[in-house]
Amino acid sequence: MARKYLLGNEAIAHACVESGVDFISGYPGTPSSEVIDVLRVQPDRSYYVEWSVNEKVALENALAAAWCGIRSLCTMKHVGLNVAADPLMTSAYTGITGGLVIMSADDPFAHSSQNEQDTRCYAHFARVPCLDPAGIQEAHDMIPEAFDLSEEFGLPVIFRPTTRICHSKGDVELGESVVSIRKGEFHKDPRQYVVIPAHTRVLHKKLNEKQSAIRKRLVERGFNHFKIRGKIAIIASGIGATYVQELLPEGVSFMKIGAYPIDEEWLGDFVKKHEKVLVIEELAPEVEEVVHQIAGCVPVFGKKNGYAPYEGELSPQAVAVIMEKAGFLPKKPFPQVNPIQNLPPRPPILCAGCLHRGAFYAIKKVFKDAIYPSDIGCYTLGLQLGVVDTTICMGASITVASGISHAGDPHDIVCTIGDSTFLHTGIQGLINAVYNGANITVVILDNRITAMTGHQPNPNTGVTACGVESPPVSLDALCRSCGVSFVESVDPYDITGMVNILQEAKKRKGVKVIIAKQMCVISARRAGVKRGRYRVHPEICTGCGTCVRFGCPAIEFEDEKARINELCSGCAVCAELCPVGAIVREGKK
Amino acid sequence: MSGSFDILIVGIGGQGTILASNILGEACLIEGRHIKGAETHGMAQRGGSVESHIRIDGLFGPLIPPGQADLLISFDLLEALRYSHYLKKGGKMVVNRHLVLPTSVYTQNLVAPTEDEIIAALKKHELCLLDADKMAEEAGSPLSQNVVMLGAASQSMPLKPESLLAAVKNLVPKKTIEINVKAFETGREFGGTC
Repeated sequence: MARKYLLGNEAIAHACVESGVDFISGYPGTPSSEVIDVLRVQPDRSYYVEWSVNEKVALENALAAAWCGIRSLCTMKHVGLNVAADPLMTSAYTGITGGLVIMSADDPFAHSSQNEQDTRCYAHFARVPCLDPAGIQEAHDMIPEAFDLSEEFGLPVIFRPTTRICHSKGDVELGESVVSIRKGEFHKDPRQYVVIPAHTRVLHKKLNEKQSAIRKRLVERGFNHFKIRGKIAIIASGIGATYVQELLPEGVSFMKIGAYPIDEEWLGDFVKKHEKVLVIEELAPEVEEVVHQIAGCVPVFGKKNGYAPYEGELSPQAVAVIMEKAGFLPKKPFPQVNPIQNLPPRPPILCAGCLHRGAFYAIKKVFKDAIYPSDIGCYTLGLQLGVVDTTICMGASITVASGISHAGDPHDIVCTIGDSTFLHTGIQGLINAVYNGANITVVILDNRITAMTGHQPNPNTGVTACGVESPPVSLDALCRSCGVSFVESVDPYDITGMVNILQEAKKRKGVKVIIAKQMCVISARRAGVKRGRYRVHPEICTGCGTCVRFGCPAIEFEDEKARINELCSGCAVCAELCPVGAIVREGKK
Repeated sequence: MSGSFDILIVGIGGQGTILASNILGEACLIEGRHIKGAETHGMAQRGGSVESHIRIDGLFGPLIPPGQADLLISFDLLEALRYSHYLKKGGKMVVNRHLVLPTSVYTQNLVAPTEDEIIAALKKHELCLLDADKMAEEAGSPLSQNVVMLGAASQSMPLKPESLLAAVKNLVPKKTIEINVKAFETGREFGGTC
């Protein structure tokens, strides 16, 4: 036993090892990525771990491992579960023999996501148990329980932490690591694993029959509990429950929901002992819906009558406002404060020396009035450069481009997609675009890594999650085999070269693919690549601002002249852009 | 209420706020105290403004409500101003005298307050202003700037300097221990004069 100061995801990863996990798969996505990032670098691992190409692939792999009787973990972010929804829904029918825990991390407030969907709704939809921790210690302690529950009921269990669990820190009491010794063994059972109609109808009935026992067990295991302290009550879940506890006044009863499905009878007994109840939870009204069903004439305060928001994340101050409005808090706990207005914002931006900036610059130069569908990754930040017109979900750049092309829009269409995203769900869109004769230019921004989520390797990198060498896929050969005849690779630091190839693509009909290939500047720095910095020659600089508009954080503008700061990584793109040749390598005259 | 000592560390993604938070966490473990914190990861972190919440003796959530922080440590002048409403009445600020203008100022022609204007606004609070970049350089490496800042702020924290120093030694890369110890001590000495 040890007490450590850990990130939520580090504590979750440790708990998986304490549970004797045997098989781990997943696809990176904020806020879930660090769980596998921690597990994949442990020395003396006894478990198998992989980064899969997408969440559907990851879950099907983990499901198969759990069918072989071993403990499996599959990690992803909430929107990843959309991709894995197909195997999820039917895995509840087939069940499992070894424990299967699916960690799907939600991101209320969309800190780093395209939406604020609630994983608890998926658990409800699939009729599988869902554990919803309220803090790091609980997240840690729930993991072994999740494996036990999964094995007890023969069902996958969803574990749903949120950003404020995954990326918060705290002192955590850890247990002992357990060495995985199980070997998987598949026992044929077509009635369980071949979901033809005759089998699946039976399996569906069995799944439904498990529900009542699951509800009871979740209360028995103490995930859902309460304390009666007065005539009014607050029912809360997730991190919201922690904020309520920080503020809970004397004489207000408190119920904490940490697991679903909720036992309605047990919940009803609690609610009926009170004169009014307030429900506090992030995102969907999962708890509130159930409370409404059983409340009878007890008034329920929450999202449905406008006391709590459906969107965004909760915070101590947000919870205080809800409690006060609903009459559950006698006085304001926090002073009213106002942030200083009109400060220039500092949003995230592409790094100094990022390959994407050069690629975007060239695209904009050649295709001035084009439509620019894009995708999910660092390069979504190209929005600030005016070269991202659409982003919806992983892989939806090529598909949106071909859809716009077939819709009849007369503009050129140039879409951008990263290498990891292309391998995730981009390939199908490319095959479809070629097959159906779309007129589009596809630029694959190839930095050979999944950068945004923390530099996880992918099949394009040449190493596995554990650092074992693996033959990198050839994006060029892949695109050609999809039927693309114009496939060109170019270094996006070479603006002239990139412009030339884009012009060539512009002249042609059909699907053209340009692979803009250069190392991620962060990976390059870590690998010890040193290019030397650049500086502006103040006597040559005319202050025209061309380099400043390029938007690199290494370029500043002071006293009517450009200046390059210490962030410069030496990509030299600005030196190529400067119309008067004022930007030179440091040390050169 | 929480009963915790709440510290907000702010800066720009990449300046080392996470190591600073880890050092505080380690120091709390050394003293056998509870701690809660929250940080910025993922997309939000790329060169953007970042915040680390740290609640010493924290038993509940990781987030500090605005107007409640006991101490604000800022690695950048503009970020200190942006988050100054988090400080409670009578709270203290330890700020690096260093201003990185956001790229939006150049690309969108936005107006940023000058260094002097920012400092004048910050002086509404109890302010310890230091040139951490220079002090870090003198300690042996500009990368030790975050440890200089912690050293200066250590004068206003309910943690023993020995615990903080031990935490620094445990967490920084082995070959930089000497530099970081010097950085901490230089910062702490300066913090004592604020």
